[in-house]
Amino acid sequence: MIYGLRDLMPGSEHEVKVISRRFDLPNSASIDTYLANEGYQAFLKARKMTQDEIIEEVKKSGLRGRGGAGFSTGMKWSFVPKNIQKPRYIVCNADESEPGTCKDRLLMQFDPHEIIEGMMIAGLAIDAHKGFIYIRGEYRFLIEIVEKAIDEAYARGWLGKNIQGTGFDFDCVAHSGAGAYECGEESALLESLEGKRGIPRIRPPFPAVAGLYQSPTILNNVETFATVPAIILKGGDWYHALGTPKNGGTKLTNISGHVKRPGCYELPLGISLRKAIYEVAGGMEGDKKIKAIIPGGSSTPMLVPDQLDTPMDFDSMAKQGTFLGSGGLVVMNEDTCMVEVALRVMRFYSHESCGWCIPCREGTTWLKKMLTRFHAGGGEERDINLINELAQAMLGRTFCPLGDAAAMPMISAVKHFRADFEAHLNGNKCPYEGRQ
Amino acid sequence: MPELVKFKLNDKELTAEKGTLLIEAARQNGVEIPAFCYYPGLSLQAACRMCLVDIEKRPKLATACTEPVMEGMVVWSDNEKIHTARKTTLEFLLTNHPLDCPVCDKGGECELQDMVFRYGAGGSRFVEEKLHVPEQKWSPVVYYDAPRCILCYRCIRICNEGMGVGALGLNYRGVNSEIVPNKGDHLECEECGMCIDICPVGALTSGAYRYQTRPWEMTYVATPCAHCGDGCKVTLSVRNNQIMRGNNRDASGLNGEFLCIKGRYGYDFTHSAERITKPRVRKNDELVECTWTEAIAAAAAGLKAAKTHGVIGSTHTTNEENFFLQKFARQGLKTPHIDHRRSADFPALMDALAGRPATPSALATSRDVLEAPAVLLIGNNPTDQHPMLAWNIRTAVRLRKQHLYIVNRASIPLVAQAEAAKIAKAGEEIEELERFRDALAKEKDVVIIFGSEVKGADITKLVAFGDTLPGHTRYIALADNANSRGAVDMGVLPDLGPGYQPAAQAGMALDEMLAGNLEAFLIVGANPARRYLIQAGKAFVVVQDMFLTETAQIADVLLPSAGPYEKGGTVTNTYGEVQRQKLGLLVNGAKTDLEILSLIARAMGFDLGAANAATQSNEVFEEIRRSVKGYNIAAAALWTGSAVPAVTLNGAVPHRDRPDLIASSNDTLFTSGTLGRYCSALSAVAEAKERKNPEGIGK
Amino acid sequence: MTFSAPLEKRFARMLQSYPQKRSALVPMLMYAQDEVGSLTDEVIAEIADRLGVTVLQVNEVIGYYSMMHKKPLGQYHVQVYTNISCMLRGGFKVWDHARKTLGIGHKQVDADGRFSLEEVECIGSCCWAPAMQVNYDYHHNVTPESFDRVINELKKGGGQ
Repeated sequence: MIYGLRDLMPGSEHEVKVISRRFDLPNSASIDTYLANEGYQAFLKARKMTQDEIIEEVKKSGLRGRGGAGFSTGMKWSFVPKNIQKPRYIVCNADESEPGTCKDRLLMQFDPHEIIEGMMIAGLAIDAHKGFIYIRGEYRFLIEIVEKAIDEAYARGWLGKNIQGTGFDFDCVAHSGAGAYECGEESALLESLEGKRGIPRIRPPFPAVAGLYQSPTILNNVETFATVPAIILKGGDWYHALGTPKNGGTKLTNISGHVKRPGCYELPLGISLRKAIYEVAGGMEGDKKIKAIIPGGSSTPMLVPDQLDTPMDFDSMAKQGTFLGSGGLVVMNEDTCMVEVALRVMRFYSHESCGWCIPCREGTTWLKKMLTRFHAGGGEERDINLINELAQAMLGRTFCPLGDAAAMPMISAVKHFRADFEAHLNGNKCPYEGRQ
Repeated sequence: MPELVKFKLNDKELTAEKGTLLIEAARQNGVEIPAFCYYPGLSLQAACRMCLVDIEKRPKLATACTEPVMEGMVVWSDNEKIHTARKTTLEFLLTNHPLDCPVCDKGGECELQDMVFRYGAGGSRFVEEKLHVPEQKWSPVVYYDAPRCILCYRCIRICNEGMGVGALGLNYRGVNSEIVPNKGDHLECEECGMCIDICPVGALTSGAYRYQTRPWEMTYVATPCAHCGDGCKVTLSVRNNQIMRGNNRDASGLNGEFLCIKGRYGYDFTHSAERITKPRVRKNDELVECTWTEAIAAAAAGLKAAKTHGVIGSTHTTNEENFFLQKFARQGLKTPHIDHRRSADFPALMDALAGRPATPSALATSRDVLEAPAVLLIGNNPTDQHPMLAWNIRTAVRLRKQHLYIVNRASIPLVAQAEAAKIAKAGEEIEELERFRDALAKEKDVVIIFGSEVKGADITKLVAFGDTLPGHTRYIALADNANSRGAVDMGVLPDLGPGYQPAAQAGMALDEMLAGNLEAFLIVGANPARRYLIQAGKAFVVVQDMFLTETAQIADVLLPSAGPYEKGGTVTNTYGEVQRQKLGLLVNGAKTDLEILSLIARAMGFDLGAANAATQSNEVFEEIRRSVKGYNIAAAALWTGSAVPAVTLNGAVPHRDRPDLIASSNDTLFTSGTLGRYCSALSAVAEAKERKNPEGIGK
Repeated sequence: MTFSAPLEKRFARMLQSYPQKRSALVPMLMYAQDEVGSLTDEVIAEIADRLGVTVLQVNEVIGYYSMMHKKPLGQYHVQVYTNISCMLRGGFKVWDHARKTLGIGHKQVDADGRFSLEEVECIGSCCWAPAMQVNYDYHHNVTPESFDRVINELKKGGGQ
């Protein structure tokens, strides 16, 4: 069934609604609602700006990639070479697959035109006239919504040739994926979009220089593109001020796990973990203690309660040795078995490893097998160190970041929760069984 | 001059050409950076992570196979970090790799074994269950054992990029990833076996070789392939006078690492049960086995009794044998009637090129094809008839952006690589060239390669066309067999003696001989009865052959000859490159054609030299070097295994044009004249039944 | 072979949408699979032909993506999510319950081809966990009881 906004975004007084500001309007996905509420005005404004001015405004906003890597969006756009005589492309990464993350789907469901407009502005910035929205295959209902939005935009002259008489042409296509976490990695996504297996590419060259069909390509996350119209309309400085220095703006944040009010919230960057968990998400279910927090999707190293006062922005998280990532906060209570968590996470990475490189392909599977045995009570003391050593052996040595994504949670699990591992030794069954 | 850059590797100041990949730059400076997936000439993968190096100011280790060397770069390939990385990568690899080395074909020559020996750990910390999937048979010659596969993707790339076939793919993902054949459970391809050769481990194995022997039990002989006119070298692995395998891992020949199915698997005619191993003489209209003494005496007596003789030579025997044969005919039997089955009009080409300096040569070598900026290919289907040529063209198009132009009577596979291709009606090929004139005029140097479709006067026209091109135009005429060119060079022709010199007396051509009333024939390694009606009993016929061919069946004396892998000597490929053939093994009962001829000569009282069986091949070769124009080549280079081009002639070659006699036998990848009929591996593959050259090729 | 008129229309649009037609491969396979029920040899050959790629290249792609399958699934393909956020909120309980209720295991199809079951990775419903999907239809905050309600509805012939 298709769930409504109330089911998905419980709401909080801490929210600052920028990209979600239209979500609450009736028929928010329709072009009429969009046009009646500042829709496509940013495009018209950007049309009057130079390419450099657009990029400069985005740089000023401090907008950093909302897919997880947190790279400056304006910088990324500025890397597209001006002198290459090739078509340029805009690609929107809507392959939202990072466990803990379910934010882009709301943008597609409630305000698809915002994404399209963001892509069009990117098109203006680099003289691209074609955009693709790569949506994970499981999100079929969203593909239908986005396709409908695209059709509406064509019908009303907001896509196609000579948009609204501005002389600018832009085409947009919604493209279905088919079930592969790896396709969230930008170069793998491009391979997939070219009709191939989603195996990442050797980089450099980066997509800005040689992306889709080896042409210059801007590839950003859904949320990143959706943020662009507001930045153009209200200015980079305005947007930047919503967050913290160098970490401008707001972020759709998912809070899941053992909290009272799990859901999606648009929060200003820099809000503390403590506030997010206890105030925004209503605190812990059953008022249990927090044991661990995954701050930005399953590939980010876990945090412990001591670190609850960390502001949720890119730089503060980095200082704690982890990442803001995709903004997918997973909160675990004291009755959570961290061995089981490690096992479940590793099962995922082993399943999703594309298999291209040796350390990731073999490492994830080895760890999965070992953790399965370990959790079932077949663990030995030396396995605990081995988990860490194997993860270290993958870290930084794989072909793409998936190996790191798999390794980092293991390293942090062993580091912070060694006692949980030790409790499984000597044939002991999982001490947490039945406690949830 | 290419720009050189300085870089530091393991604290040593080194230089390399700018842009060279670090892994190659290290190699050039004597430092090995290990890798599985990196393979020179194939696309980059960065998948195996064995070549990780430590580059100054980089937070992560980098792959040496994808990093171009830059001025001032500081790199370590030999520190603790690297050692650990390599060790763990190997440990990862071995988690699912079965340790069945004691029975694995690759044991002893396995890159994974070598890597673990050099860079790996003695022990493993892996105690979980290994993945297992059953072995698959993809064709009679290709087997795949997925658990042994380390997924380096070399096989896929050699098939896609090198062969242009694309029969191998990668399926599934993660740890379940597998190499898969194009037809689901089997292969439909050229069955070249390149994938097997390039496999660093025992994942892809050869149906002809698997589970037969250990590599250290064999001796290795690199010798020219017995089949087509390209002159690839195949390394025969021999155990107890038996060829166990043909491959080319040592890349010892001008074919580099290339071999087609014939080169790789087409050696088993040597061990065919149908080999003739005892001489036979006709008694009461039946061929009866006899001793060599008896047979030689019978041959000598029969030839002596006849007043007129026809001599037919071979396109597979050595230069020494053909040279001796024409001497036997002209000086011994004193007959001018000598010929062989021709498939390229070399005399017409040499004649058309008369008057040009010997250097730079107007004839191109096989190497020139690789380096030429442009190739014009007229007729022929190299993919089937000259697989190495096709490989060289594909390689040059891929790696050197060579421009290929094709004129052909049919659409051949190489059209996929062509800049432009034109279909021409039979006989209109030369006129069609006009369509390429403008394009070719823009090319720097063009190598013009033509099949047997172009002959006689057309060759003159072709050279006239080539002369109008601005660059240095060179030519290659494509002839069918391993020593087709040598037979012409050695004067096994009615009108020309060795070195394209006019024969003292012109004789009858092959068709005239067989239609005439000659009293005796000496037929060496040829099977004219397959094409021409030879009436049994009409003439006295001596045949030297390995098999009871149609011709052998009508012989009065049949003398079992040794095959090409069973003797020394030299052969000349269609590009005019002379190579030394090496003795690989001995087959009981057979004698080399040279020895047989010299025995007959002695019995007939001819003094033709080369009397000592042990040294006769070398003696004849020395005589060739001294007396045959163009063959005064560097013996040392030849003796050490090089392919040495015969010197290009520059005089007119007065010859009798017989374009009607020039035709290709149109062998496919899976046929090879008489030899092919006795190769079980060639006929075993399913593709052999379907494969035909397109209509009109080679006529 | 030809597909239904609406699908042919979709394919025709797809072929115009991409500068290189091979780009249409993944979505074409997905939509063809939805219509035909699985990626049969006939479908594969047809799509390979339309896009100018080899059957091998299509098979390589099919084997890579976890939503593509060459054997038919049940009329209702029940996918239960057990990744981290779902696991924390009882995803495995739902999974165990699903196996018991439907009487089939991971990647199995029931005897009459009505239901098939698969334990799958994260589907982006982490905040409304545990989640499941029946074909493309999402169900959030699933409990064994709500699972039964959904299945019973489908058995009655309702649902998607």
